[in-house]
Amino acid sequence: MSSEGIGGTSRRQLAGFVRTLRDNGFALGLKETGDALAILASPLASRPGTLQPALKALFCATRSDWERFDEIFQAYWQGRGLRRRQMLTGTASDGSRPQRRLPSPLAGSDIAGKPDHVERGEGPEGESPAEGQGRRGGATRAESLGRIDVRRIADPDEVAEAYALAERLARKMRARLVRRMRARRHGLRLDLRRTIHRSVAHGGTPLDLVWRRRKPKPLRLVILLDASGSMSLYTAFFLRFIHGVVDAFREAEAFVFHTRLVHVSDSLRERDVSRAIDRLALMAEGIGGGTRIGESLATFNRWHAARVINARTAVMILSDGYDTGEPVRLATEMARLRRRCRRIIWLNPLIGWESYSPEARGMQAALPYIDLFAPAHSLESLAALEPYLARI
Amino acid sequence: MTLSREEIATRLEAAGYVADRELAMALWLMDFLKRPLLLEGEAGVGKTEVAKALALVHDTELIRLQCYEGLDQNAALYEWNYQRQLLAIKAREGSGENADAIEEHVFSEKYLLERPLLAAIRRERAPVLLIDEVDRADEEFEAFLLEILSDFQISIPELGTVTARSIPRVVLTSNGTRELSDALRRRCLYHYVDFPDVDREARIILVRQPGIDTALALQVARMVTAIRKEDLRKLPGVAETLDWAATLAGLGVADLRQAPEAVHETLVCLLKTHEDRSRIGREVVDRLLGKVA
Repeated sequence: MSSEGIGGTSRRQLAGFVRTLRDNGFALGLKETGDALAILASPLASRPGTLQPALKALFCATRSDWERFDEIFQAYWQGRGLRRRQMLTGTASDGSRPQRRLPSPLAGSDIAGKPDHVERGEGPEGESPAEGQGRRGGATRAESLGRIDVRRIADPDEVAEAYALAERLARKMRARLVRRMRARRHGLRLDLRRTIHRSVAHGGTPLDLVWRRRKPKPLRLVILLDASGSMSLYTAFFLRFIHGVVDAFREAEAFVFHTRLVHVSDSLRERDVSRAIDRLALMAEGIGGGTRIGESLATFNRWHAARVINARTAVMILSDGYDTGEPVRLATEMARLRRRCRRIIWLNPLIGWESYSPEARGMQAALPYIDLFAPAHSLESLAALEPYLARI
Repeated sequence: MTLSREEIATRLEAAGYVADRELAMALWLMDFLKRPLLLEGEAGVGKTEVAKALALVHDTELIRLQCYEGLDQNAALYEWNYQRQLLAIKAREGSGENADAIEEHVFSEKYLLERPLLAAIRRERAPVLLIDEVDRADEEFEAFLLEILSDFQISIPELGTVTARSIPRVVLTSNGTRELSDALRRRCLYHYVDFPDVDREARIILVRQPGIDTALALQVARMVTAIRKEDLRKLPGVAETLDWAATLAGLGVADLRQAPEAVHETLVCLLKTHEDRSRIGREVVDRLLGKVA
């Protein structure tokens, strides 16, 4: 496609526009720019009324791109003095619209174009994010750490180590789950194509039968983490575990909720742990006012469930069950969720405490829909989940 | 053959698809830039219909590949006709031909069964290839699809490489049950299909149910739009709207306000789960009817 006959000004303007889009999280390559030049060279470019939808179809790749494009287009081509930061307000990081995907950390090349609030977050409750250097301890040390209630680990080194262990645990879980599935697969079916191909050598008698195996399907995990004030002692620890899970399981999604629900998988895919946790810190911080588990689940059911849940999905809820909303609401939403997924696992750190019984009203309402109700106050209790996940 | 944008819009309308400006543009760009088109949107907004209409617009064949979990190359690309192959091998047993000759014969064009992807690139006249609900297929299949969409050639080990006689116009649809890969997204033009607004939905009803009264069509469209704003598990799609309009017309209803009974009883056309049905009770119907009027 020829792009000759386009003036240098138009080229520069287009390049600037592409850069603006990239800054806003659009994934655009050279091919797209080339095609855009072709569009500019065509009669479409004569009117903005036709140029805009043409570039929109070309440059957008997701629904969130689709929704933001018009605004960015107009800001760039009609009010070219606007600064990037202004264009971002109220779009990418608008918390009141949780169904929108958060900008992916790798999508844009220019970090400065990201919403700036994620960078100033400290760890919740002032906990120091581990720098990934907590691998000094030997096996015995790891073992003893495994049994201790996370609340009681105070020494910063030990905290860091517990974090590292939580991540490693998540990775190991994934590896073992997959291996077990491979050993277990039975579903055999005759592969006719190969069988016949081989039978030619025997004059058409199918002596060598070739069997086809069902490919093992990895379990999909969806994790909902309660980040309210009452959970604050555990949040940082669980975030580490979740980061490990999201990173290691190919199919895993993570959400954080307190009074509302936030989809955090994209932020967690950041390889660098401390950066990922930083990104999350602000989102995860409970904003007073307690937990609305029922409402958060409702948001999840309405906006996310169809996309992230299939018949092989286990939903893992990490919460102490202290709900400030209506228990009835929670029960309805749990029932809805139950119909959709394979298993619901509720991990409650309080179970690890002596003399705990699930008396909170929210917990009572949710119990009938839970397949596994287990403690999660220490590394050991998390590790104990693995056999259960393997059986699903 | 390249059509102008205006031509596409008029032909779409003639094919019974009421498109918005942006969609007509995307369909034109498909030809201009030679890229596939990815359509996303909720179930029932008419994504599949776009491909059918596009086939009519270009007056060509529609080849459809319905994706599902576990879809593999055998079902998407090609398959050998095993029964015939076995018979042929048996029949030649006594003829004294050597194994190589038999193999050559058995793996020839005659025993090849075309599946949608292979069929699409072997047509003389470029067809419309609809890859429906691509999000249901596995990620491995998506990668494989990407390869076909960029090369438009298929290699069959026993037969050799098949290159495209014509490049099909490819439409992919996704319901968003799984996140598609960035590579596939970037390869495609993108259009998000939303539920039509009241005016467009009324026009769709009029185009598809020519006998219907204009005022009724408008009322139905308004009512459905109002119902979609309720908190439902499954929002009624355009097909449901058409069913409902046809039912009401069939019952001889001319004005929704005059027949709340009929409206309530025929809501089965729109609401497909028990939960939604009980949510839109008599009072809700009355309230919505009040707004619609």
